[in-house]
Amino acid sequence: MFSSFMVNAWEVSGIVAVVAGVVGFFTVMRGSAFAAHAIPNGAFAGAAGAILVGASTLLGLGVFALAGAAMIGLLSRRGRHDVATALALVSMLGLGALFLSLSGEYSSEVESLLFGEILGIGANELLPTAVLGALCILAIAVLYRPLLLSSVLPDVGESHGIGAFAMEMLFLAVLALAAAMTVPVVGTLLFFSLAIGAPAAARAFTSRPPTAMALSAAIALVIVWLAIGASYETNYPVGFFVGAGSALSYAAGRLWAGWRRTIVWRAG
Amino acid sequence: MSLDQSRAPAALIFASGFFGNEAVHVALGVGAAVAIVAGVVGVFTVIRGQSFAGEAFGDIGTAGGSGAFLLGIGPLLGFVIGNVIGAGAMELIGVQRPRGRDLATGIVLGAAIGLGALFLYLTVISQSTSGAAQTILFGSVFEISSSTVPLVILIGAACLAIVATIYRPLLLSSVSAEIAAARGVPVRAIGALYLLALALTVALAAITIGTILSTALLVGPAAAALRLTKSTPRAMLYAAGIGVAALWIGVVLAYDSDHWPPGGRLWPVSFFVVAIVFCAYVLSGLPVAIRERRERRAPAQEPARLGAEG
Repeated sequence: MFSSFMVNAWEVSGIVAVVAGVVGFFTVMRGSAFAAHAIPNGAFAGAAGAILVGASTLLGLGVFALAGAAMIGLLSRRGRHDVATALALVSMLGLGALFLSLSGEYSSEVESLLFGEILGIGANELLPTAVLGALCILAIAVLYRPLLLSSVLPDVGESHGIGAFAMEMLFLAVLALAAAMTVPVVGTLLFFSLAIGAPAAARAFTSRPPTAMALSAAIALVIVWLAIGASYETNYPVGFFVGAGSALSYAAGRLWAGWRRTIVWRAG
Repeated sequence: MSLDQSRAPAALIFASGFFGNEAVHVALGVGAAVAIVAGVVGVFTVIRGQSFAGEAFGDIGTAGGSGAFLLGIGPLLGFVIGNVIGAGAMELIGVQRPRGRDLATGIVLGAAIGLGALFLYLTVISQSTSGAAQTILFGSVFEISSSTVPLVILIGAACLAIVATIYRPLLLSSVSAEIAAARGVPVRAIGALYLLALALTVALAAITIGTILSTALLVGPAAAALRLTKSTPRAMLYAAGIGVAALWIGVVLAYDSDHWPPGGRLWPVSFFVVAIVFCAYVLSGLPVAIRERRERRAPAQEPARLGAEG
């Protein structure tokens, strides 16, 4: 389980988990779960396009993730946010369907992008993941205060000169970066489960933003590492354990919050 | 997930080489029926801001379909059961609060995706062919045999019946939950019934026309229609019309694309339908944009006119 080829899996998935936990904290805070689902899924179409023209899949993913994020942000200026997200998603997927049928064969490379191949991660993937991951964390660190204010109290943010639209575009760009970085490693599916389940659980345990963000990253890390271990032992897919772990940690958070509320209620 | 399901209808339709054969009629007929149901149900999806749930049911249903494949049950039933369980879970977590909706949908979707991965893995193991996964994800689900048509019609009719039955309280609680509650409308029960109708609609649409088109036809036409008219019944009519038109034009264009570059390969129906729906949405914003621009120019003259009248 800790043999040399697995070391890459532990390291890369650790980076992915921390990024998903940190970016996911703001995703849950802002109610952007749909965007967190749509951007990695739509970016998948970019990989199909890259395969068609023979470009690097990471480039295709990045371009489509950013284009999708821009489309969501721009369309929601003149319409409902969830409608904009849905339309951006289906537009990208429609293009993806076109790319796939023009390139003819259903590529196994595409399948591995859907589910990821976490146990087959090579050492050459460590560097790009680490660099992009560091960029995401750095962006969140720089944007932390204005982004938090704009997420919790958008009106107060506006009065302090923090444009809600600018913050939304910046956040979606960070989300796109995180998606482009994680999709080749863990697939479109794992990123979403981690980015929603872990922060949702963390917020049930604490209401202090910095603590919740750190806890979210820690929960995501534990889920991923346990999932890899469990998958290694049972041969069941990592995605199943990540999905189950995310849902269970959220359930635990809800139970704990409910239990604490009854204590407070009885004490009061 | 099912990126390419809609390539199957093209193959199904045109493999025979006839545009007027029975398979085409079934596909166009069932497609139109699904587009109408999606358009009508979608108007409330847009009003209530539940597009994410609509999209999520496509993936949750796919997990249900994979489970059904494993158990040897029909895929349509698997989609329906998966989505009904999913709707129940969302309701349990707290879909009724607008802020909680996004999160509840996300949690259920994340769990369903994980289960779907497990079902696919178990299917591949038990069938010992890698083709099984592809059948579920990308595959031949579109092969609407005439025998499933009655079930499709039954589920579609059930969706329309639910929306028709709860129409007034649903509209009131969608526009203002407080006023509805004050008037004695059971807001939560109405919301749960609507979520059930949405779950059934997406199960139906996802299995017949694929998950991409399911979301596109649920959200796009309804959003465009609601920009064109303020009347909800009229919006439903427009949405159904836009959906049917987009689907039929998409099928015809896919048929023609045989001769387009790179040649010999059909362009997928889903690409055309999504492009048409997207254009319809963008165009539907034009009347409002033009009116706003006119009003922005108008205020210069407004005070003078007011002064003359006063």
